[in-house]
Amino acid sequence: MNWTETLGTSWAAVRSHGLRSLLTVLGILIGIAAVILTVGLGLGTQKDVSSQISSLGSNLLIVSPGSSTDSSGVRGGFGTSATLTAADATALDSDVNAPDVAGVAAEKSTSLALEANDTNWTTTVTGTTPSWLDVRSRELVSGEFITDDDEASSAAVTVLGSETATELFGTTNVVGQTVTIDDRSFEIVGVLASAGSDSSSNLDDLAIVPLSTAATQLIGGTDSASVSTIYVKAASDTQLAAAYQEAQTVLLNLHSIGSADDADFTISSQNALVDTATSIYQTLTVLLTGIAALSLLVGGIGVMNIMLVSVTERTREIGLRKALGAPPWAIRRQFLVEAAILGLTGGVLGAVLGCGAALLLPGVIGSSIVIAPAAVALSIGVAIAIGLVFGVYPATRAARLAPIDALRSE
Amino acid sequence: MSALAPTVQPHMPEGEYGEPVIQLTAARKVYRSGTIEFEALRGVDLEIRQGEYVAIMGPSGSGKSTLMNILGCLDTLTTGHYRLAGHDVDDLDEAELAEIRNKEIGFVFQQFNLLPSLEAWRNVELPLMYGRVPSHERRARAERALERVGLGSRLANKPGELSGGQQQRVAVARALVAEPTMILADEPTGNLDSVSTRDVLGLFDELHELGRTIVLITHELEVAQRARRIVWVRDGVIADPAETARAIGHAGPGGGAAA
Ligand SMILES: Nc1ncnc2c1ncn2[C@@H]1O[C@H](COP(=O)(O)OP(=O)(O)OP(=O)(O)O)[C@@H](O)[C@H]1O
Ligand SMILES: [Mg+2]
Repeated sequence: MNWTETLGTSWAAVRSHGLRSLLTVLGILIGIAAVILTVGLGLGTQKDVSSQISSLGSNLLIVSPGSSTDSSGVRGGFGTSATLTAADATALDSDVNAPDVAGVAAEKSTSLALEANDTNWTTTVTGTTPSWLDVRSRELVSGEFITDDDEASSAAVTVLGSETATELFGTTNVVGQTVTIDDRSFEIVGVLASAGSDSSSNLDDLAIVPLSTAATQLIGGTDSASVSTIYVKAASDTQLAAAYQEAQTVLLNLHSIGSADDADFTISSQNALVDTATSIYQTLTVLLTGIAALSLLVGGIGVMNIMLVSVTERTREIGLRKALGAPPWAIRRQFLVEAAILGLTGGVLGAVLGCGAALLLPGVIGSSIVIAPAAVALSIGVAIAIGLVFGVYPATRAARLAPIDALRSE
Repeated sequence: MSALAPTVQPHMPEGEYGEPVIQLTAARKVYRSGTIEFEALRGVDLEIRQGEYVAIMGPSGSGKSTLMNILGCLDTLTTGHYRLAGHDVDDLDEAELAEIRNKEIGFVFQQFNLLPSLEAWRNVELPLMYGRVPSHERRARAERALERVGLGSRLANKPGELSGGQQQRVAVARALVAEPTMILADEPTGNLDSVSTRDVLGLFDELHELGRTIVLITHELEVAQRARRIVWVRDGVIADPAETARAIGHAGPGGGAAA
């Protein structure tokens, strides 16, 4: 009995109990899907982080209002207090106090409705200074960026992200047109080049206006001088740590705070983003690895169980095959292959489920999942191996059946 | 071989037959279930030669099937010796026994024992498969065997689509396809009506004409009388000629036609 015949025989046996076989491989199926998702999530997180770093630049510091070390709420958490102002940004731009800082851009953002030619589109409207373009490492496809004059005069001008322009006008060729933001008319002076998206925001869907315009006309609020984020660009990668120290000292002085522990702002770098992403990923990995390991174990036991049932059911067949000259190894191989086919079926179905989830889940959990062909192939291999390992005992039992007892069984 | 010459030979084989195929010497078989022992064979000596057609008869529980299982290498003796076609079967392991069964023996069972999921020809090719005959040759040989038993038109039918008689003929085809030294049949007609019985026995007659060694167990005297020799088993031993003749005389009105 050669391999193709063994395969044919075993496949026929698996197929003759279709539903039972399917239920048997459920554990393996879930386990393999979890493995594929775990690996995919790891690769996806790496991709997210590196694309975020490349989109923001690796020498960027992000200053946000509020303390991240304090949860009492006394100094206010993220977004609840207005502790950062445009004056802070100006102070950080000092060559004397912060020589390692190459550029500073304050941002004041909110979500507003834009309207042009009866088309409505809601997007992030960001008030910022002319330095933004350099600090955020962005480029224009057409027109020009907001200028110091615009800032000084609180001009009603705007620079649109490429997607925003397309949504409103169907084209990015919109310089000179007019768009209505919050019932005020703005002239479009430029359009940003596409930069893709990071995990938290779409970098191509936004409208830039002068910071002064945002503060006085659009966002205002209780404290028109407050800003939501200050981006600080270090002169180079190697000067990032120095720039961090300088920025902290400048802001502590300005806010008259003695100790960094009491700071009413938070400075984070890309490293911090990497750390956050990594810790989320690690938590998910532990969870999914646990699910995978348990499912595979349960799946393996399921295969063993159903193979024992199969051996019992087919005792008479085993007896007949032995009477006709099947040596013990041929019987063992037949049942091992059957167990391996069960493993393979679970593996393939699990891979399909895993890949399907990898395509659908990112929209729900907000982080990318990368399907790695090598991981898929490897996990199918693991599934086959599980079938084999858990099939050894039932197959050995079948091979050891005395032909006469087997033939006699009813 | 002569060293193993049986001490008792109830029915000497006729001179025209060839070398001994079966040589059973002082064969004892003890079944153990828990602490209870049962001696199903109590010192059996039996020689069957190449080309013989032997029927084994005897009352229920006398040890016929036990004897058949030993002859078919499906079970091993507790004590005594069994030599089959020149092999000392006592010393063989399970893999070697499997090969002997494959090469030397064709089984026909009362229950047919066909695999229900396989077409007739696939059932017939099983012994060839385990005998490592190449697949293209197997199909042709299986078809020829099925034609020989008159089922040339039912090659692709599964056992469930065949009558009992046809199923048993498939089983006979399976028993002869690998051209074994001997065909062993345990009550092959036990589940068949008279017409199918005649078909199957006709086949055995033909095989006997062709020089095959056939051993069959039966309860029915008409069946046994097709054989050239009748071996009578009683309480785990083989009866002597006089007792055999008497027993056969009792078994049927037209009895006494053995040997
Ligand atoms: N596995 C076993 N364990 C214990 N006793 C057994 C076993 N197999 C058979 N026997 C006993 O051995 C004796 C012979 O059994 P065997 O099956 O050989 O009889 P038989 O002549 O074929 O009978 P029948 O004509 O009814 O088929 C019986 O008494 C039976 O109960
Ligand atoms: Mg019997």
